[in-house]
Amino acid sequence: MEILKPAIAGTLESSDAQVAVEPAEDGIELYLESSVMNQYGRQIKATVLETLERLGVEKARVTVVDKGALDCTIKARVECAVFRSCDASDANIPWGGVVR
Amino acid sequence: MKNAVGREIPDFLLKDGKEVYQGKNYMDGKYIQKASPRTRRYETPQESKLVETLADALKQCGAKSGMTFSFHHHLRDGDYVVNMVMKAAIEELGLEDLTIAASSLGNAHDPIADYIEQGKVIGIQTSGIRGRMGEVVSAGKLKTPAIIRSHGGRPRAIEGGEVHIDIAFIAAPTSDCVGNCRGIGGKSNCGSMGYAMTDAKYADHVVVVTDCLVDFPNMPASVEAIDVDAVVVVDSIGNPKKIASAAARISQNPRDLMMAENVAKVIAATPYFKEGFSFQTGVGGPSLAANLFLEKYMDERNIKMGWAIGGICGPMVELLKKGKVGKVIDVQDFDLDAVNSINQTPNHFEMSASQYANPANKGAFVNKLDFVVLAALEIDTGFNVNVLTGSDGVLRGAPGGHPDTAAGAKCCIIVTPLIRGRMATVCEHVVTVTTPGDCVDVLVTDYGIAVNPLRPDLIECLNKAGIPHVTVEELKEKAYSLVGRPDDLQWEDKVVAVLEARDGTILDVIRKIKPYTLDEG
Repeated sequence: MEILKPAIAGTLESSDAQVAVEPAEDGIELYLESSVMNQYGRQIKATVLETLERLGVEKARVTVVDKGALDCTIKARVECAVFRSCDASDANIPWGGVVR
Repeated sequence: MKNAVGREIPDFLLKDGKEVYQGKNYMDGKYIQKASPRTRRYETPQESKLVETLADALKQCGAKSGMTFSFHHHLRDGDYVVNMVMKAAIEELGLEDLTIAASSLGNAHDPIADYIEQGKVIGIQTSGIRGRMGEVVSAGKLKTPAIIRSHGGRPRAIEGGEVHIDIAFIAAPTSDCVGNCRGIGGKSNCGSMGYAMTDAKYADHVVVVTDCLVDFPNMPASVEAIDVDAVVVVDSIGNPKKIASAAARISQNPRDLMMAENVAKVIAATPYFKEGFSFQTGVGGPSLAANLFLEKYMDERNIKMGWAIGGICGPMVELLKKGKVGKVIDVQDFDLDAVNSINQTPNHFEMSASQYANPANKGAFVNKLDFVVLAALEIDTGFNVNVLTGSDGVLRGAPGGHPDTAAGAKCCIIVTPLIRGRMATVCEHVVTVTTPGDCVDVLVTDYGIAVNPLRPDLIECLNKAGIPHVTVEELKEKAYSLVGRPDDLQWEDKVVAVLEARDGTILDVIRKIKPYTLDEG
């Protein structure tokens, strides 16, 4: 999928993560802040990159502000932000396809 | 050298007779030489000990660079006294190389972080360390490692001369003109002044700081005029709203209530739950709620609690007033119901920290405890508990009376949710061991109960009562299955704080945390 415009998903509540995506010229730029950075930073980074790859996103600037979200939450927030960025979040979401 | 909880204690700390932790009750039967202060005679009758300013009081007590000043924390997050004294000492008198020996420190003391960074404060000895002070100490900016002690370990160290207090500062809600202090009757009331009592007896000089001067004699006094050099009246010693909350409310959170109910079930299944039993609980959500469910079991079996100790709050005072507890003995108060009850409600008494929890005296109250219910930031598969460092390794908590009551009580119950956000509370190895696993008996979580294998007798009690339980390893695996297995924290060599076991041996050290990078494995 292609990031067409800036989009955001999630909140800054405890146990949530806020994910913002923006169009980028080349590759994935990831900015990550987390309240559990020292123990889960690398796992969060891996989850975000895997999710983007699964969605076929190759170029994006991604900002994640994590407040101790579980992996499933992080995946869902990344997916939602990406779908919103290309106006694909209103209908025909591929449940069971790339969103799983 | 490795200690009994498997922590590596660097050799440079093991000098002047300091030993590593060797297990519960290791010091039993040994002798200590008590220290004695060098105090000034005031033979000529004095009308009053009032002095104009803190700077004047400091001068009168011979304050100089390199000294140790002590404080107590009954004013909790509302305290103004630590900051105001240190400001006078450092900014008005130009003193340096000072050590703060406090019963605890909190978010109210953020300004002290600046004095640490400037190198004016070079030593911290405390139970609690939080906020900016916790951050700068964790970053290695304090010149000497901070020393963390439990509420019972502190009076032990003071009485044994390991801490020599040059000047003790008593934050007094009321005082008369010669320094008889009480925790009630003023405008910034805190109730019990138990943590200040040992300081007043063992310090060379004692300065009372009050915002409510009352007629002589202010009786019954918590700190007595016979130990006081000077009295300073200030506008305000603290913010009453932050000293004592309106009322410690019992949690409505269904998860807390479920855990509390299970705590009460465990208590009722043991042989110690009988007429006259003794009890202490913390003020965290599920610990406090345990009071409620325990009352139900007491009514059912028609038994009463003999006595309760600790930090006291409203629900315990309520039980006392209803005649369901014989006596409440109180070292600190957490809410206004408790503040307004101490020494007013019959059988609600004040005690010193030494009387409460000191392992080196001839029998503190904790030694007679049947049950204690406590919280934890983390607990590991060896039942070791951490209540001091966050999951990022930064100092942001306090052992308080946790290790003392756990060691003393016949049945120590830890109650905590299995996970908090993404943090596994039940884990493989706690970041810092603040209460050793040989003192912890039962763990109650929202995903199940585990009993320490050191207590087969309690396992049998639970089996007989039909209370299901699992191993602590199963709870840990459950937690990791939900949140993922955490990376190990990375540390530098530098020791930023030393954690003493209550008996004075070294239980653990806190090192400087290494900056985290996202890239290396």
